[in-house]
Amino acid sequence: MNTRLITGLLVAVAAVLALMFTADNYVLRLATTVGMYAALAWAWNLIGGYAGYPSFATAAFFGLGAYAAGVFQSFGLPFALAWPLAGLLVAAFAGMLGRAILHLRGHYFAIASLVIADVLRELTNVWTDVTGGGMGLNLPLLSLGGVDGQTQFYFLAMLLMAALALLISWWVDRSRLGVALRCIEQNEDAAQVIGIDTRSSKVAVFMLSGLVAGATGAVYASWVTYIDPTDVYDVSLSVKPIVMALIGGVGTLMGPLVGAFVFLGLEELLWRNVLEFHAGLLGLLVVALVLFLPGGVRDLRRYNVWNGLIRLAPWKRRTT
Amino acid sequence: MKSLLVLEGVSHRFGGVLALDRIDLALGEGEIVGLIGPNGAGKTTLVNVVSGVHRPSAGSIVFDGKRIDGLRPDRIACQGLARTFQIVQPFPRLSVAENVAAAALFAGAAGSIPEARHAALEHLEFCGLLPQADKPASSLTLAGRKRLELAKSLALRPKLLFLDEVNAGLNQSEVDHALELIRAIAKRGITIVLIEHLMKVVMKASTRVVVLHHGQLIADGTPAQVVADPQVVEAYLGRSYAAEQFAQVWA
Amino acid sequence: MLYFQVLLNGLALGGLYACIAAGFSLVWGVLNVINILHGSLIVLGAYLAFFAHQRFGIDPFLFAPVAGLALFALAYPLQKYVVNRVMGRPVLITLTLTFGLNLFLDNAMLKFFSADFRKITLESPWGLLDLGGVLVPTDRLLATATGLALVFALWLLLRNTQLGRAIIAVRMDSQAAALMGIDVNRTYALAFALGAFMAAWAGVLLSGIFPISPVTSSVYLGKAFVICVLGGLGSIPGVIVGGFALGIIESFGTLALGPELALTLAFLVLIALLMFRPSGLLGKRGFQ
Repeated sequence: MNTRLITGLLVAVAAVLALMFTADNYVLRLATTVGMYAALAWAWNLIGGYAGYPSFATAAFFGLGAYAAGVFQSFGLPFALAWPLAGLLVAAFAGMLGRAILHLRGHYFAIASLVIADVLRELTNVWTDVTGGGMGLNLPLLSLGGVDGQTQFYFLAMLLMAALALLISWWVDRSRLGVALRCIEQNEDAAQVIGIDTRSSKVAVFMLSGLVAGATGAVYASWVTYIDPTDVYDVSLSVKPIVMALIGGVGTLMGPLVGAFVFLGLEELLWRNVLEFHAGLLGLLVVALVLFLPGGVRDLRRYNVWNGLIRLAPWKRRTT
Repeated sequence: MKSLLVLEGVSHRFGGVLALDRIDLALGEGEIVGLIGPNGAGKTTLVNVVSGVHRPSAGSIVFDGKRIDGLRPDRIACQGLARTFQIVQPFPRLSVAENVAAAALFAGAAGSIPEARHAALEHLEFCGLLPQADKPASSLTLAGRKRLELAKSLALRPKLLFLDEVNAGLNQSEVDHALELIRAIAKRGITIVLIEHLMKVVMKASTRVVVLHHGQLIADGTPAQVVADPQVVEAYLGRSYAAEQFAQVWA
Repeated sequence: MLYFQVLLNGLALGGLYACIAAGFSLVWGVLNVINILHGSLIVLGAYLAFFAHQRFGIDPFLFAPVAGLALFALAYPLQKYVVNRVMGRPVLITLTLTFGLNLFLDNAMLKFFSADFRKITLESPWGLLDLGGVLVPTDRLLATATGLALVFALWLLLRNTQLGRAIIAVRMDSQAAALMGIDVNRTYALAFALGAFMAAWAGVLLSGIFPISPVTSSVYLGKAFVICVLGGLGSIPGVIVGGFALGIIESFGTLALGPELALTLAFLVLIALLMFRPSGLLGKRGFQ
């Protein structure tokens, strides 16, 4: 196990370095986006996969992290401090929010988590003094040696976020908290009866989710150097990570990464060519995914194409 | 005998319905108490209130010297009060062993996950489930699931164990097996409260029987005393039947 | 006097809001599916009314049933062949599915109709109603009254027709309903289609009052959420109470904080309610 881990890490590091120094900036930016969404998908997977709470709050965390970092830097804080502070701020927010809404189950929780991004967006919009409101916020451009330096730096930064997300997920996966969450996900009442403090467990993992998503938002803000409320609180930042986790396998360790690759790969290959309607096609993809591959890409293996066609036949009697 | 669980004036309302009516009860260490009563008498409500699922509308509950009414279920479980569910509640996608290990890990105060797994295997062996240790919990038969409930509650290292209809749905030989297990548990020093419909089980296994009817405690004594109590017979069989010789009914 | 005006402004929208939420509440209550598509269906209804008015000069109030039937016809097969496949599955799955459908419809509307805001300008013969110093626009009153009437009609349908009773039975216990011979799948499809009918009607009523664009679909969805939680899920009286409550909250919110924050205030009320009283103002138990 240990030798596999070490060789795996070495290969990964080598791949990263190779990518950084040989790929052109376009590919690097794409890779940076993959890193960002992988981090967000991992962040979602913590609360949505392990704990089984369908959270749509990822966008709220991301946007709050972006604005927190932006505001901190506008007050003179260097990015190296602003980023982790933003992450911690969002974690604290997630803790508060979690205490407020994690006792809700199912739809009520989903709605509450969805609505929170809207609320934050509007509050950001009106707090013009600090956030620039609807006119957006400019972030300081870090002097990193031209476009190449910039691209490489942010690639590494997002990679770091993804690595952080993976590390936290890996820790949760094998810790007591992970066991608690799995029990909560499968039978919350029974979990309480065996002595699990369900409230604290849920809030803890929600805070971790917020930490990762918030820090990722902070890096994003510096990367694009200009953010506005509609941009960073956009609902797709909540939905895409969920779709990625669904593709790769909800509640698994590597599922979010697989899902991020597949999803963004698809998006890149297919839809950049269908510029106008690609969001609509995304919608169709999501529908197809939910209908035919609810377990993610693993379902492809078990899915017998002929059986699938038979099942699609509308005249076949449905057995409940 | 030291009092392990003391209920004083415990009442509970659901909306307009008074499910429990000023219950006074004291359970001592080492007892095997049968809790019986007709359907809807409030037996499961009593267990729910004691184990923290509901906060009692009135009264106090003291367990092992500490007030527990109003505490969350997980806190009560950690203090050594365990219960099984009438409708079994496993973690379906975890294996049988993982189910028990989870219980050992939290309220059972195991120090680490490997320690919990080790303890789980011991409890599974005690309950006769060792061969199914790595199968998913959802693959067990009903009898198996009942034993899993039992193993999980043992993993909590309880001082007091409420067994809620642990025999419901089992055939005769399964019931006999369950009885053996219950006796073995009692031998380990765990106080047991058996909530049962099956008279034979209660009468055979219990040292003391408590009868609930319409949320009220109507009898409390040895099995023989309770069986002879006219109020009890009336509750179960109706007033007209109570007029006849009732002792033979329970023989 | 100002407060009275503000109150009346809010009340004037109540019936309309109830109409917005009624279909959504029905689908949520009966199918236990949160239909993210609902907001877009409202917008679609509004667009249909807009084009009917622009091209053929049809009065929206007359066109409403047509729009309703059109969306009913669209929604029935949608539920039957798509949504029905995820019935009973976890919230994540059903929510993601309707999200995907919504994304598709929203973008299709954006592509065909563009993001421009459209509004039907009706010549309102009575203008403003003056009730002793307090002004109420009659078009709103008419829309609210119509909306309320439709919601009332839905209530009658649920209580007095066989379809309605089937819907209620399925909502209470789908297995028991099946055992009693009710075709559960057909009932689901009909309830979903009925929800779309209500949405279309609401959209038509809105088209004469507010500017509509595909961009606003999530706004109406948000209002529907809030109304359902305010009034308590799965009951028509709840939807009416919720509708009026939201109207009043928004009205006073606009007075206190300005129009941009009015809906945000409603959302904060929503969250507060979810924290402390998830069964709503009327206290009816909802699906969890």
